[in-house]
Amino acid sequence: MLGTYITFPELLIWFPLVAGIFSFLIKKDDSVKTWALFASIITLCISLGSFFYTNDINASNVSYEWLTSLGSSFAVGLDGMGRLLTFLTAIAFPIIFVATYNNKYKNAKAFYGLMLLSQAGLMGVFCAMDALLFYFFWELALIPVYFLCSRWGGEKRIQATFKFFVYTFAGSLLMLIGIIYVYQHTSVRIEESGFHSFRISDFLAVQLNMQQQSWLFWLFFVAFAIKMPIFPFHTWQPDTYEQAPTSTTMVLSGIMVKMGLFAVLRWLLPLFPLAVARWDNIVIGLSVFGMIYASLIAIKQDNLKRLVAYSSIAHIGLMCAAIFTRSDTGLQGVMIQMFSHGINIIGLWIVIELLEKQTGVRKISELGGVAHKAPALTILLLVIALANIALPLTNAFVGEFMMFSSLFKYNVWFATAAGVSIILAAVYTLNMVQKVFYGNTNAVTENVKDINLSQTVILSVIVVIIFVTGLFPQPIFDLTKDTVTSLLLRFG
Amino acid sequence: MSNVLESVWVIPIFPLVGFIVTGLMRNYLPKHLAAFIACSSIFLSFLASAYVFYIVKDVTSNPAAIHYFDFINTGALHIGFDFKIDHLTSVFLLIITGVGFLIHLYSTAYMSEEQENDYAKYFSYLNLFVFFMLLLVMGGNYLIMFIGWEGVGLCSYLLIGYWFTNNNYNNAAKKAFIMNRIGDLGFLLALFWLIAKVGSVDFATVNAGIAKLSTFDVTGITILFFVGATGKSAQIPLYTWLPDAMAGPTPVSALIHAATMVTAGIYMIVRSNVLFSLAPITMEIIAVIGLLTALLAATIAIYQNDIKKVLAYSTVSQLGYMFLALGVGAFSSGVFHVMTHAFFKALLFLAAGSVIHAMSGEQDITKMGGLRKKIPVTYITFLLGVLAIAGFPFTSGFISKDEILLNVYNHNKLYFYLAVIGAVMTAFYMFRLLFLTFFGGFRGTHEQEHHLHESPKAMTIPLIILAVLSVIGGLVQLPHVFGGHPYFSEFLNPVVKTVEHTDPKLAMKEYVLLIGTIIGLAVVYFFTKKNYAVNKYEGEYHGFKKVLANKWYVDEMYDAIVVKPLLAVGTFFKNVVEKSGIDGFVNGIGKAVNYSSRQVRLLQSGQVGAYVLLMVIGILILFIVQLFL
Repeated sequence: MLGTYITFPELLIWFPLVAGIFSFLIKKDDSVKTWALFASIITLCISLGSFFYTNDINASNVSYEWLTSLGSSFAVGLDGMGRLLTFLTAIAFPIIFVATYNNKYKNAKAFYGLMLLSQAGLMGVFCAMDALLFYFFWELALIPVYFLCSRWGGEKRIQATFKFFVYTFAGSLLMLIGIIYVYQHTSVRIEESGFHSFRISDFLAVQLNMQQQSWLFWLFFVAFAIKMPIFPFHTWQPDTYEQAPTSTTMVLSGIMVKMGLFAVLRWLLPLFPLAVARWDNIVIGLSVFGMIYASLIAIKQDNLKRLVAYSSIAHIGLMCAAIFTRSDTGLQGVMIQMFSHGINIIGLWIVIELLEKQTGVRKISELGGVAHKAPALTILLLVIALANIALPLTNAFVGEFMMFSSLFKYNVWFATAAGVSIILAAVYTLNMVQKVFYGNTNAVTENVKDINLSQTVILSVIVVIIFVTGLFPQPIFDLTKDTVTSLLLRFG
Repeated sequence: MSNVLESVWVIPIFPLVGFIVTGLMRNYLPKHLAAFIACSSIFLSFLASAYVFYIVKDVTSNPAAIHYFDFINTGALHIGFDFKIDHLTSVFLLIITGVGFLIHLYSTAYMSEEQENDYAKYFSYLNLFVFFMLLLVMGGNYLIMFIGWEGVGLCSYLLIGYWFTNNNYNNAAKKAFIMNRIGDLGFLLALFWLIAKVGSVDFATVNAGIAKLSTFDVTGITILFFVGATGKSAQIPLYTWLPDAMAGPTPVSALIHAATMVTAGIYMIVRSNVLFSLAPITMEIIAVIGLLTALLAATIAIYQNDIKKVLAYSTVSQLGYMFLALGVGAFSSGVFHVMTHAFFKALLFLAAGSVIHAMSGEQDITKMGGLRKKIPVTYITFLLGVLAIAGFPFTSGFISKDEILLNVYNHNKLYFYLAVIGAVMTAFYMFRLLFLTFFGGFRGTHEQEHHLHESPKAMTIPLIILAVLSVIGGLVQLPHVFGGHPYFSEFLNPVVKTVEHTDPKLAMKEYVLLIGTIIGLAVVYFFTKKNYAVNKYEGEYHGFKKVLANKWYVDEMYDAIVVKPLLAVGTFFKNVVEKSGIDGFVNGIGKAVNYSSRQVRLLQSGQVGAYVLLMVIGILILFIVQLFL
């Protein structure tokens, strides 16, 4: 560690924000593309820099006043979990921009501007130490996505965006009501503002009884469950993933679903420990059922994008269940898996995008024999697919192992039922690999070309991350240890 | 000395490097170079393994695990990347690298017609397999073992589906992976159980913490471990993938699906023998499942006409014998049979590969016949393999199988007689295979007959070495009665306590078995020779024989009971619950909002009377609410 340096969280938020606004001013499409890539790489460098500095989350991290009259301030900070997820956000964007570099977007400046704004919002969500600020960034991250889906999406983008909007808007509203309720129960900061406070430390100091906690719990949980998503709040997701432009889908599935998990860990769990202990079995039950439900649907999917969407629902279900076991093993597993899932699913989308760009087809049954034409792509895809089914030595294995282990300790039958999804995941993933890549080529896949240099590089980067995290996961555990320890303290 | 053992990481590193080099350079490596890299990497591992054996043989205690780095080190869970090298490991190391090297060597000729990049790809997969297999047996805790465990499953998947244009092969590969995954879930649940109760998956820590486990825990954990073993080692009910796995190239069948990977389940149970010894119920289950598998697979093998399928069912059956041995507590006999089986079954598969090679790809034994004069080396080595597996006196198979049978006899007489019936069936289907293939008249096409040729040296040399081992390899465990000494079980003693034979009638039993074997083999020999050393063979497809030839319709049964219902549930979720249920509800809300806003708008009619009426109704409702609450 080189020392403490508290401006990292601010840099991570402000840089993409300013870069995003600046994008709108660039005239040429090619320059805006280069600019966005350049900006995202700078953000990645900032994020990497943050690893060399400590930032004590409990120290004064109010940078400056903001809506003082409401008792809110621009309080940001990074603990281990925040650092991990800001790093995920920072590394995902350059990967996405490189992978989709050849795509031509209408009104590119607005497209890339919105993408960067969304990145700023995500960074803010992961850094916010103030509930109102958190809510603000939550919306800042989402609003650009509505525009991206509705303007650059596929054929049925309007319906899909509408559904996405209704779901997430309802969720946000519930969360806002909850935040205001807790806010009103915080102690008044007489010497500072004369108002209640949105500061996380003040929120955590609020004493709520079981009944209050219970209904607040459900308000927040539904809001976050929609974002993750957890069964039965998930039906926006396959539609949106299918209809959104792929780079937006990558942001949505790779990073934004982590917002829901992150919010549960940052806010829900520590704020309402009594209610969590009371309702955990229902949440875990829903998550586990959702895992099997989504896996079975994935087996019957013929649409590549929807297959990945349902597979993601199953994976997220496990993470949500593990969070609610409230065990060190489970939480550490969730931490590493939040990162790994983001990397792996972005990798899957890149491959699907490449295939669809070349063949115009996303139906599994219409493809076949791609391995003949694109052996390099096939090998890289195979590694990512194996990571998706958590094969040992890939990044997802460690996390899943720990999460299942914690679930087993919580309840044997939940763990066994959830374990069935391990088998089902192998079924749908290998089915997909077989039908798309093996067999003989057909009219659709006859002219498929293998990946070019930049695509090889970007997929190789993902594969390297998969193996490195799979073999040496310990640095991530060390990183997130502080978050997990302080979380568990809330439960005594 | 322990310092030397700390460098054992080189053993798996050689094949890993071989995998990386041949894999990444597959488009640039000429064939002979790819083959050289792949073979020499395994040979170096073999030399290192031999050295490890040389060191370990003088160690009498149970050596400690070697810790390389922390794999998972969190508040509640501590799992290191550890290796453990003891007597059991060193036996497996020699089998894997020794037989593995011979099969690599054989492959250089067998696969020579492949294109250059496919050729390199094949060898890179084969190297990767050896790497994972070594990891499996070297792991110092269950997690490292599991990494190897799933890794070999992956390589098996890749190699079964090596010719990926054929969709049947791909289906076989996928089936193998998924059936294995079902077993792996059992393995994982056992690990979670251990973590929950003992807090560790380390071999030494688990053995030391066994007091923390109740009888229920031990029984549950061992049953779950055994479920894992039924997947990997193809036992009832998860054995159906192994015969299909014959879709892979024949050397792959020899290495993965006969000599090494499928014995992983036996290794795992022997590795956990302390745990299993405390679970009599599990041991009984293992014995029964092993016995039933041995018998079931043997019945199926009798009427299979694909040369590799016969050998595949024979493997399933022999694995059943190994589990039977474990189930009756004869751990070292199980491991001994793993070793002898690795010799003679690898030999049989490679010789079968040589036959297929000679027959230009034909695998149907009804279309062979009379090959013994055309391919004499293959014939003689195959014959020796058949004698070994059938238990011809003093071959390796005789010694290992008789040791199992004697142990079974001491445990349960019924099991013993059933196991003997199985042994007779083994002899039967192997002689049937031998006669149909090498005796009688040639039943193939004229073109095939014209092309018949003995295989090149790279193939016949491994055959000869394995044939020698199949014949004499058992002598390290020759019973005292016949003038030998059980060196093998003595060697394993630090890991598994051998059952001491203080039986006064032991010598008599050995002689009875010897004489019984000779008589049995003679009967089978004459019967099969009469029926199968023929010029014309129509096959047997009627009545009960048809049921056997169709493998008791087990695949069809699984399909109807498990696969179809699951898919139906999936369809139901996808088309009904998802679309009409949840989405219907969500869209319903949307529509309801739309509809009600349209209706509510009508209320703003501008008529004062209507407003007054609504006001009155509102006040009334408020009043009523106040009244009741």
